[in-house]
Amino acid sequence: MKLYAVCVYLFLYIPIGIIALFSFNAGRHASQMQGFSVKWYGKTLSNPFVMDALENSLIVAFTSALCASVFGTMAAVALQGIKGPMRTAFDMLIYIAVMIPGIVIGIATLIGLVTVFDQLNPLLALLWPEGFTPPKLRMGMGSLIAAHTMFLMALVVIIVRARLAGMDRSLIEASSDLYATPMATFRQVTLPMIFPAILAGFLLSFTFSFDDFIIAFFVAGSETTLPIYVFSSIRRGVTPEINAIGTMVLGVSLLLLITAQLLLQRGGHKSR
Amino acid sequence: MTKRTRNWLLLAPAGAWFLVMLIIPLTVVFIFSFGERAPSGGVVLAFSFEQYSNLPARWAAFKNTMTLAPIGTLLALLIAYPLAYFLAVKVSPKWKIILLVLVIVPFWTSILIRSYAWIFLLGGRGIPALLDMIGIEGVRLINTPFAVLVGIIYGYLPLMVFPIFVSLDKLDKRLLEASSDLGAKSWQTFLQITLPMSIPGIATGCMLVFILLMGEYLIPAMLGGGKVFFVGNALVDLFLQSRNWAYGSAVAVTLVVVMLITVTVYMRLISRLGASREDVSIM
Repeated sequence: MKLYAVCVYLFLYIPIGIIALFSFNAGRHASQMQGFSVKWYGKTLSNPFVMDALENSLIVAFTSALCASVFGTMAAVALQGIKGPMRTAFDMLIYIAVMIPGIVIGIATLIGLVTVFDQLNPLLALLWPEGFTPPKLRMGMGSLIAAHTMFLMALVVIIVRARLAGMDRSLIEASSDLYATPMATFRQVTLPMIFPAILAGFLLSFTFSFDDFIIAFFVAGSETTLPIYVFSSIRRGVTPEINAIGTMVLGVSLLLLITAQLLLQRGGHKSR
Repeated sequence: MTKRTRNWLLLAPAGAWFLVMLIIPLTVVFIFSFGERAPSGGVVLAFSFEQYSNLPARWAAFKNTMTLAPIGTLLALLIAYPLAYFLAVKVSPKWKIILLVLVIVPFWTSILIRSYAWIFLLGGRGIPALLDMIGIEGVRLINTPFAVLVGIIYGYLPLMVFPIFVSLDKLDKRLLEASSDLGAKSWQTFLQITLPMSIPGIATGCMLVFILLMGEYLIPAMLGGGKVFFVGNALVDLFLQSRNWAYGSAVAVTLVVVMLITVTVYMRLISRLGASREDVSIM
């Protein structure tokens, strides 16, 4: 039994380990270890295409995780206080957002937005004052952030709601018995208690957005994010550079995940 | 400000966002699937079932998805179950969380990089080269259904372990002791107590993995090398290469419908299974 578990862990971690190992390869060949060197990290970090893609990925991940955390938390707090058709409608929306395959969300966003933009662009050109170039709506960072935010909002609502459900209601009642306004109760009682969940939701959202390939593939227009860059360079052939990018990406994800995990656990203990 | 107004204001941004970025786009896909292809590459709105009647042209993608997704799910279950059992029943509480986190963490890291690792391992200079050294020659692993299955298991194993672990962890260990005190052999205890109690976990795990596999693109694209393709690969081809939006929309709608039907039937089966189990326990 123990041996079996060890085998499964090896299965899970050997491939990642090999990527990390080969990222320190001194040789030019991707599959022959020829001494230790960090030169591929240097090469990667000075490649303007990689840095550009990385910058895009960070902007998209940060913005969409932030929007998703704010709007998702707002919705989760409101959903706790309501019943009836509105509640059912939101439950449905969240269910749909999570259930529909990412690839279908990507496709739908692509053709939905392109269709809407095709209608809006002539209108904008008409309305714009003479002599100025009218703005042209097109697929790019904005559409990608909007698509990620939509999906991640659903994720944040689920996480924050779970935390709210596990919260001790008597604290809120006590607060309002002591004549705190609803806003004061929220700021001084509810928010500190759900904050670890919000932060964990933010970190998970960031990780998801940063690692997402399939939605970005459809929605990013001519912009390149890091996963898109990695995918297209794998298509061109395996190079040690991908190992270096991969190791860094895995490292960053691991760091964020462990932080999120610790936050969720600490938050969980506090309430008990 | 009344409580009602406040709740409405809090829900407004999320609601508007879901409307613009989820409901409208999905509706457009649905409408386009009844349209016709415009010569310029767009869609002419119509009400025809032409796109749907052309679906058999992409039959192979549906067939691959509907065979490899269940097989992959089943293999992941067979590999995950003993590990989940080990973590829930055999490991001390101190190690439990650490070992569990170690299983889940890979799931949240880039599936792209993790599939890439297998291109490396299964490719000509990876495992086939090792087999070559011990005398087994000419083995080709990459770009086969086997490679896709390995990628699937590797990618989704964590998602299978977690729910099974949760259901086994809730199991009252005294039941197992009682069973062995009453003279049951360990395999009898397993079949009559442990396995039935973990069915909700198995059901959740299988459903999560299966749903994600139905829309999979990356794993077959990277490890199947264009020979083993899923519906997801057909969709990328239709929308990004041949730009046939009307037909692509019909394929996408069909994928979602097939998924919904499968999940509904599956849920029915599981709840019936659960119900019959309760009958047994009452007796």
